[in-house]
Amino acid sequence: MKKLFWIFVTIAAVMLIAGCGGSTAKGEKLKAGFVYVGPVEDAGWTKSHDDGRLAMEELDFVGESVFVESVPEGADAVRVITELAESGCDIIFTTSFGYMDPTLEVALQYPDKTFLHATGYKTAENYTNYMGKMYQSKYLAGIVAGNMTKSGKLGYVAPFPIPEVVRLINAYTLGAQSVNPDATVQVLWTNSWFDPVHEKEAANTMIADGCDIITQGTDSAGPQEAAQAAGVYSIGYDSDMSMFAPTAHLTAPVWHWGVYYKDVATKVHNGTWTNEPIWWDMGTGVTGLSPYNEVVPQEVRDQVAEVKVQILENDQIFTGPLYDNMGDLRVEDGVALTDGEKLSIQWFVKGVKGKIPNAK
Amino acid sequence: MTDIITILYAAIASGTIILYATIGEIITERSGILNLGVEGIMLMGAFFGFYLAYSTESLLLAIIGAAVIGGLMGLIHAFMTITLQANQVVSGLALTMFGTGASAFFGVSMVGKTLKTSFEAIPIPLLNKIPVLGEILFDHNILVYFAFVLPVIVWFVFNRTKWGLALRSSGEEPLSSEIMGIKVIKIRYIATIVGGVFIGISGAYLSVAYSKLWVEGMTAGKGWITIALVIFANWNPLIAYGGAYLFGGLTQLGLNLQKFNIPFPIILLKSTPYVFTLLFLLFISIKGKRSNLPKALGESYFRESRG
Repeated sequence: MKKLFWIFVTIAAVMLIAGCGGSTAKGEKLKAGFVYVGPVEDAGWTKSHDDGRLAMEELDFVGESVFVESVPEGADAVRVITELAESGCDIIFTTSFGYMDPTLEVALQYPDKTFLHATGYKTAENYTNYMGKMYQSKYLAGIVAGNMTKSGKLGYVAPFPIPEVVRLINAYTLGAQSVNPDATVQVLWTNSWFDPVHEKEAANTMIADGCDIITQGTDSAGPQEAAQAAGVYSIGYDSDMSMFAPTAHLTAPVWHWGVYYKDVATKVHNGTWTNEPIWWDMGTGVTGLSPYNEVVPQEVRDQVAEVKVQILENDQIFTGPLYDNMGDLRVEDGVALTDGEKLSIQWFVKGVKGKIPNAK
Repeated sequence: MTDIITILYAAIASGTIILYATIGEIITERSGILNLGVEGIMLMGAFFGFYLAYSTESLLLAIIGAAVIGGLMGLIHAFMTITLQANQVVSGLALTMFGTGASAFFGVSMVGKTLKTSFEAIPIPLLNKIPVLGEILFDHNILVYFAFVLPVIVWFVFNRTKWGLALRSSGEEPLSSEIMGIKVIKIRYIATIVGGVFIGISGAYLSVAYSKLWVEGMTAGKGWITIALVIFANWNPLIAYGGAYLFGGLTQLGLNLQKFNIPFPIILLKSTPYVFTLLFLLFISIKGKRSNLPKALGESYFRESRG
């Protein structure tokens, strides 16, 4: 028994030394940690971040990067983030809304490390939030949908009624209506970021109701599969989802997080990083559309390309007159929503069929 | 009207997932063994079923494979709890964790794969011409039809055969049963393995026939709903129909309430199976009715220590 104890102590000591050695031996190289809300193979949101992580690893001053997947939002996240900080990560990215407070809590305890949180709004000395203007790409996807629909009824499988999701649904709807004024978007909430079976059921419910293009704000490929099986079109989200729906998938508004992750790593490495919140637009390449299905006509592609240039020059997606789906005028003619208003939007534009639970 | 038909049709298709698992768990629990590994066994069945359907393109092999893996998981539980007399709750939870982890680990290569073959709906001639009912009930795939008759078969075996009597008495009074010449250990082994087989099949139905895709953790708590449903069904396979299709229907209803703009908190719908189970337990105790809860459920049985 005593012998066993000493063996144990020896192993523990060796591991401790090796652990310390690891961080010093690498010298100036950065170590990055990522916290994911879903599995890396989700083919959606989490995969898009992991692709970004791998892109960042190519930088020669980034030593290594690690990730923890399927981390529940809430108290458990504090433990995971603390472990990453303790294991020597210099930069820690947390990639879901529910990590905002847990990340802040840990950030305050490790002032010499940099913490970045996607989709939130809080900041601290060594902590900020980052996001891309996905709504611009959703608007472009809406143009594709508005052109390709026959019934004028579009279906949207939505996760939680938070402003980010509401904003994207609105942008998609406005995009579709810009080419097809009567287009409507049916929204069904699943109350989950990742539940393939339920997402598929939601999509099937809308297809049975006559929706002929299905898109989603959720992270799994379930809705794509439903569209493929039912013989209607679909528009993916987060990552290119065409492998799930080879003939149905028209395009997908996607994230290219690598662009941003490389930028952060470089700035932290050079010491030029600031805690200014990031909300990059489409021009930086952090969002965009994935390659088109061959059925999308050239005129539609040209139209999208044209609108994209306009948006980059002068983004008027959320410029009035805008009515909500109860018929009230929300934004006066010529007035544009401010970034703050866009970030906190809690009403649906005209043409969205659905309710925001708990909204006034 | 068509909306209601669509909802009920979908309720049958989605209820079938938990119906198989519930029948499996009833068989196991009736013999006196509590198996909390349903979630893990379903996931293993879902993965192996999908894997075989994808790689061999044989649906029969997929179902057999899922049944075999379910049976093996049942065998592990039986060996742990009957032979080694481990705590049934602990062993079951361990199976859930093992099944969740192992299916996720092996399943990485299957994520995003599309099946070339799947179960097609086979309308039953004549019956499918019945207005309303025909559309709801008789235009499904073969696994759904088999689920129609399975509870009746199991009910018949329970109540009209010697084997069923032996199984039920093993769950009530193992010691007396043994004295009467019933091989309690053998019965419990068989019941736990057969239960695992049906839970495995429920997983394969989910991945191969219902959602036609595989992702880790895709059961999303359906295994736990099953365990609640067994109590709700009062360990009676015939009541399991109602419970399974009711809970299947609730998911569909949640989506459709939204469609008609009816303000109902959808989050609450997800908890209804458990609320119903609680209400049922309350009902039983207020009415002073005897529940079918097997008396010896969850207890280890020591053959050597008589009395």
